[in-house]
Amino acid sequence: MTVRVQGDDFDAGAEIARLRGGDPKVGAVASFIGVARDVNDGDRVATLTLEHYPGMTERALEGICAQARKRWNIIDILVVHRIGELRPTDQIVLVVVTSAHRGEAFAACEFVMDYLKTEAPFWKKETTPGGARWVEARRGDDEARARWEHGEKRT
Amino acid sequence: MKITVLYFARLREAIGRDRDEFALPGEVKTLGALRGWLIARGAPWSEAFGEIKRIRAAVDQAMAGDDTPLTDGSEVAFFPPVTGG
Repeated sequence: MTVRVQGDDFDAGAEIARLRGGDPKVGAVASFIGVARDVNDGDRVATLTLEHYPGMTERALEGICAQARKRWNIIDILVVHRIGELRPTDQIVLVVVTSAHRGEAFAACEFVMDYLKTEAPFWKKETTPGGARWVEARRGDDEARARWEHGEKRT
Repeated sequence: MKITVLYFARLREAIGRDRDEFALPGEVKTLGALRGWLIARGAPWSEAFGEIKRIRAAVDQAMAGDDTPLTDGSEVAFFPPVTGG
């Protein structure tokens, strides 16, 4: 299980190969990449700056991965999240889950993202033609996480 | 009891700095009591905590509710809802 917070970009192919590590027990690899968009709430976005809480962010991500490992029979998990200034089309976050079968990998990957969006201390500030503004949390993200708690989503 | 309070994102900007050190009076023993004590101090906490909705908190780097106890040396953080990913 690996969690990294970094300013640098990541190479998803290289990260996946490293996580698999040639393990013949891995039968499924699910991955998610979150990317910076050029429009938010109807306004053009020039830059996106990500702030985090050093120490707590890593602990929160490790806790989320540990929950996923308890819930599903998975082999390994990787989370890489970028901080600092990003631009539209830049990669923001990578989640990779390996398991024997696809069901666990798909579910755990979605679970980690849903919890990351609502529990990991990151904040986005974007610059638009109207000036800089903090991105508002979305109700849909809380609802996505709640599905796992109410048993609507399960493998 | 001495504690450190950290502020992040919009709240950091509203407070005007990223941290404070406080020696708390004896009756301030929980996160909720600390929140009330800060707001009662007036500006900048009263305005910042009034303007920013749904401020969340952590004690010693774990998400915390108002009844979470504080101890000497605690690191408390206040911040808006998270928006990573």
